[in-house]
Amino acid sequence: MRTLKVSLLAFGSLLLSACGYNTLQVQDEATKSAWAEVVNQYQRRADLIPNLVNTVKGYAAQEQAVLLGVTEARAKASQITVNADDPASLAAFQQAQGEVSSALSRLLVTVENYPDLKSDQNFRDLQAQLEGTENRITVARNRFIQAVQDFNVTVRKFPTNLTAMIFGYKVKPNFTVADEAAISKPPTVDFNTTPAPAPTVPEPAPTPEPAPAPSN
Amino acid sequence: MIAWVHQRLPATVAYLAAVACLSVATPVPAQQLVPVPALSSPVTDLTGTLTPDQVAALDAKLRAFEQAKGSQIAVLIVATTEPEAIEQYALRVAEAWKLGRKGVDDGALLLVALQDRKVRIEVGYGLEGALPDAIANRIIDEDVVPQFRRGDFHGGIATAVDRMMRVVDGEPLPAPASRAPAQDIPGLSGLLPFLFILAIVGGSIFRRMFGRVGGALATGGVVGGLTWLLIGILGLAFGAGVLAFIFALLGGFGGGGGNGWYSRRHGGGWGHPGGFGGGFGGGGGWSGGGGGFGGGGASGSW
Repeated sequence: MRTLKVSLLAFGSLLLSACGYNTLQVQDEATKSAWAEVVNQYQRRADLIPNLVNTVKGYAAQEQAVLLGVTEARAKASQITVNADDPASLAAFQQAQGEVSSALSRLLVTVENYPDLKSDQNFRDLQAQLEGTENRITVARNRFIQAVQDFNVTVRKFPTNLTAMIFGYKVKPNFTVADEAAISKPPTVDFNTTPAPAPTVPEPAPTPEPAPAPSN
Repeated sequence: MIAWVHQRLPATVAYLAAVACLSVATPVPAQQLVPVPALSSPVTDLTGTLTPDQVAALDAKLRAFEQAKGSQIAVLIVATTEPEAIEQYALRVAEAWKLGRKGVDDGALLLVALQDRKVRIEVGYGLEGALPDAIANRIIDEDVVPQFRRGDFHGGIATAVDRMMRVVDGEPLPAPASRAPAQDIPGLSGLLPFLFILAIVGGSIFRRMFGRVGGALATGGVVGGLTWLLIGILGLAFGAGVLAFIFALLGGFGGGGGNGWYSRRHGGGWGHPGGFGGGFGGGGGWSGGGGGFGGGGASGSW
């Protein structure tokens, strides 16, 4: 009797692996680690920002609006606790990180006006780190997108969809390209010598209205 | 393609279906990407910019560095990476070549796109501490770009490679293995305990059904068949089947049988399928050791 039970168990486990149970496990873990890498790289960028802002401040303290924009966007993005399995949460995370990206690109455009700053070795190192981190973010995002796609195909394809249904695996939300369009749009360069009207938003940041982002 | 279909949305459903079927049947190549060349030596010059002597010298230097330190640094010169950005192409090359040792991820790639006037240093995970983005950027800014501007491509590449090697040399990394380990058979490690249980359980069941020899034969057949089905290496499956047969035959004698099976498994005809990874040794081929990349490094243009 005992051997029968054991053999049933062994047979059952073989059946499960044939029905994609193991594939689901592997791919589920792959999406999790890919997501961890995405968050990790965004965090790396967030860690760079205070240093960058301080360095720029040393040469271009008058660029209050741009500097404040970066700091606020960073603060907003790091407040978000994201759940990668929840589409709304993922979209909010994406939105907030997109705002950091556009604030940073405004900062780097501004920096073009300060040749001393541009030739500062410290700033150049920071800029290299920022560029490297942006590239890592792109890579991590692409790998996450790929991992989620693989997982979702397994969840939806026959016969593994039956296994997924039994064990309650659902299609995972993926990054959308909605913000990609906004990011890839080149920032509009303002040639007016008068600095853009400083966002005279009252100092407390938690107002739902973020600093106006005129360029996109 | 999708946008094109969208513009003609009012067209009949049948027409749309036909278009969809056609587009599945004959996918239009969106835009030809630059292929990743095969890796056969540390220096790959597809443009003929370097003289054979220069290539040989760099090659020898990088091979010697790999033998001494274990890290793999490669140089690739292409004409262009269009339509991709140099970062995307560099990552594709790095992912295909797998420079650096598996688990240590100590590979780096110096990529030059001659017509694009772009250069990139792509850094593996394990070297991001020794060769962070800022240092990679300095190498490009201070060593590569000035010499490339003067048209001295060999000088720029040689200086950059020297500096990369020096930086990596200062990093404590695991000592280079004298010989790369044999490749793992995919899935085998996960399968072994299962096959083991099957041999025990199946052996006892089949013995009751078919007697000692018949049961052992059945067990061997089932285990061998399953191994073949799941791993797909016929020789291995045959070996597993024979071992399961012996094991089931001896199974009735108690614990000693298990030990015998174990030692037989290790002494027996398993062999070492698959070649050796890594590219150690003189003037022969050269291949990546399985290192991983995550997009670290720096780019520049001249």
